Amino acid sequence: MLDLLTGFVAELRAAGIPVSLTEHLDAAETLKHVPLEDREAIKYTLGASLVKSSTHWPAYETAFEIYFSMRGPNYRIDDEEGGSEGPESEDEGSAQPGQGGRQGKGSGGGGGEGMTPEELADMLFKALVSANPAMVQAVARQAVDRYAGMEAGRPVGGTYYLYRTLRNLDLDKVMDRLVDQARRSASSHIEEGTHEPTPPDVALTGLEERLLRDEYQSRIDQLRKEIEAEIRRRLVADRGSEALAKSIRKPLPEDIDVMHATRDELVALRKSLAPLSRKLAVRLARKRRHGRKGPLDFRSTMRHALSTGGVPMDPKFRYPRPSKPEIIVIADISGSVASFARFTLHLVHAISSQFSKVRSFVFIDGIDEVTRFFEGVDDPAEAVHRINTEADVVWVDGHSDYGHALTVFWERWGEEITPKTSILLLGDARNNYHSTGAWVVKEMKARARHVYWLNPEPRAYWDSGDSVVGEYANYCDEVVECRTLRQLERFVGELA
Amino acid sequence: MSQDSIPTERGDREITSGFPEAGEPRFDSIDAVRTGLAGVDYLADDGISGVVYLADRLAKPVLVEGPAGTGKTELAKSVARLTGSRLIRLQCYEGLDESKALYEWNYKKQLLRIQADSGQSWQQLEDDIFSEEFLLTRPLLEAIKSTEPVVLLIDEVDRVELETEALLLEILSEYQVSIPELGTVRASQIPLVFLTSNNTRELSEALKRRCLYLHIDYPQMERERAIIERRVPGISQALADQVARIVRSIRSLDLKKAPSVSETLDWARTLVVLGVESIDAEQAKDTLHILLKYRSDIDRAAKELAGLDTSG
Repeated sequence: MLDLLTGFVAELRAAGIPVSLTEHLDAAETLKHVPLEDREAIKYTLGASLVKSSTHWPAYETAFEIYFSMRGPNYRIDDEEGGSEGPESEDEGSAQPGQGGRQGKGSGGGGGEGMTPEELADMLFKALVSANPAMVQAVARQAVDRYAGMEAGRPVGGTYYLYRTLRNLDLDKVMDRLVDQARRSASSHIEEGTHEPTPPDVALTGLEERLLRDEYQSRIDQLRKEIEAEIRRRLVADRGSEALAKSIRKPLPEDIDVMHATRDELVALRKSLAPLSRKLAVRLARKRRHGRKGPLDFRSTMRHALSTGGVPMDPKFRYPRPSKPEIIVIADISGSVASFARFTLHLVHAISSQFSKVRSFVFIDGIDEVTRFFEGVDDPAEAVHRINTEADVVWVDGHSDYGHALTVFWERWGEEITPKTSILLLGDARNNYHSTGAWVVKEMKARARHVYWLNPEPRAYWDSGDSVVGEYANYCDEVVECRTLRQLERFVGELA
Repeated sequence: MSQDSIPTERGDREITSGFPEAGEPRFDSIDAVRTGLAGVDYLADDGISGVVYLADRLAKPVLVEGPAGTGKTELAKSVARLTGSRLIRLQCYEGLDESKALYEWNYKKQLLRIQADSGQSWQQLEDDIFSEEFLLTRPLLEAIKSTEPVVLLIDEVDRVELETEALLLEILSEYQVSIPELGTVRASQIPLVFLTSNNTRELSEALKRRCLYLHIDYPQMERERAIIERRVPGISQALADQVARIVRSIRSLDLKKAPSVSETLDWARTLVVLGVESIDAEQAKDTLHILLKYRSDIDRAAKELAGLDTSG
């Protein structure tokens, strides 16, 4: 058990969760007090000492499922079943219901496990209606058997199997069917209502339908989780925990590469952005307030000295008023870097109270000021959404043209750059071989306090292909690689 | 460490009672915690009861995080009620310092003592004025000194400055308080300590390391329904079910502030007072302001809940 725990902790660390030695010790201590057969209890109590942040919980949960799978009594894996079924359904058979059915009858004769797809769909439907956890679990197992087409030793991640299974189950259709049936049963209730005491909530109003839909949605989510767990269990049996953990390790939200995030990851990112910007704002405000003391306040010191007979025992200092920087953000919002630009704009505006003024511009090949979208809106996310739909950023063809965008910026707004201004340029500097307009950056540098370039690409890709970030770098104070929220947060924190 | 500096003739005012005894465990099993908490109207899930049980066994503080209004403070209160302990609460705020959290010398009384009697030697006087009699205990010291069982609640610990957090470290790991003039006060019994945080800032690693971590999120629908039934007297099962389901739907929307458990309970109470048996979209819309606290959220939710009316 201790070995297992050590491996588990190592995996958590590899996944980016900081686990200190004392926490590891605590976890070991925990095992003494909690009954080992209670898997849920172990999960939560171990988590209490190992995970110290709610954003890390999903990563912990995944790792836990892998390292401590197959330990519950009802998680027995039918090896023979998975083995024999796998390769067969691999050859496209699973896509066609008829063929799949025949195979099912042929190979899965033992134990009455060979069900036709129709039967399976029916069972799935029933399981969802009754919301019986054991049944849902059974269906999940069946579905994985039939559709996932798992192959021993094949080095693909669990998501591939998950996708195959879900595609065949077609949960959207199931959902519609569920709602349909609910509607029908409701209307049949009304018909019977003449001779039966009518329950108060027979007719499906909009509200009720909505509630039903959410109810079924949550059941379907439950099923999806079961399927995921089932697949994971089999993968563990196949490849062993360590190898698997490595292949399906998910990055923590703050370490997700913004440019290549999947849709789910983007949702996670957006969620963690709000608390992150709030924390940053609090921290910066504190830093400002508790910063170094101001210069000696002579008047105040003398005034207070009166109580000690004119001896200045307690020197008083002026309240410090560090000046707040003015920020101009110029962001490329063309396809490849759009999500990065959105996050940065969001973050900068969320802490705009820490700057004396924030102006934002977005461009693709044309450039437009978008500061107005942020004014009077308390939720930056809304403003960012409006930018995408309303800003006028296309000049010729909607491919990035840094040269033109920068030139136009200089002509129209260049005058407004003052020595108090810090300029943030956001983009990958992939210029489609247009002219760079680097002279604008040079001029900016001469006039502004700082010019920073944030590049969401890994440093290794800079200046490859049509990336011309090097040319701009000559004139910037710094070019920063900014691929994850963590890096972004650090940069913005230092800026203020 | 400075124990030796306390003169022996003051043995009658000995304030330490040796190293804290591990003491009898308060709970037999995780299930005992759960049923116990249910007995005082707090419905815990696996995570909560597991961590509370562990906190007792390992004698470690629990750091509770989660959105506002999910019952973080309530948990500490319920545990106090369950174990029959006294609840000592330290509300944190920015600017909280030693003299308000730990202890303070009662200067005025000390001054009076000095003025009242001049016949004593300085040595005697000094021993005298820095004795327990002149010590004003604040919540943390209070919890340590108490001989009866205590639950210590340090509320909203994220509000104090990073530096002030350090004040807590000694008490959290060693269950003792060092007073330079007096010595070290050790706990005679180990209190159950709960720290709550709304996560407005990252707590220091040192603090987190000393605690067990518990994240309380919005409850699952079934649990929420059970909570409503338990906490709102006179509510019918059907209504509780409906409330729980509507709240779940609302939480799934993208809102600025999702309704918390306490707001849900308020809403359920309102509905009971209004004599509502079953909510329809109209009533839901009219009472949404109890559940949601932003204009835009209310509009959004009202639209989502009622918007399907025409299609259904």
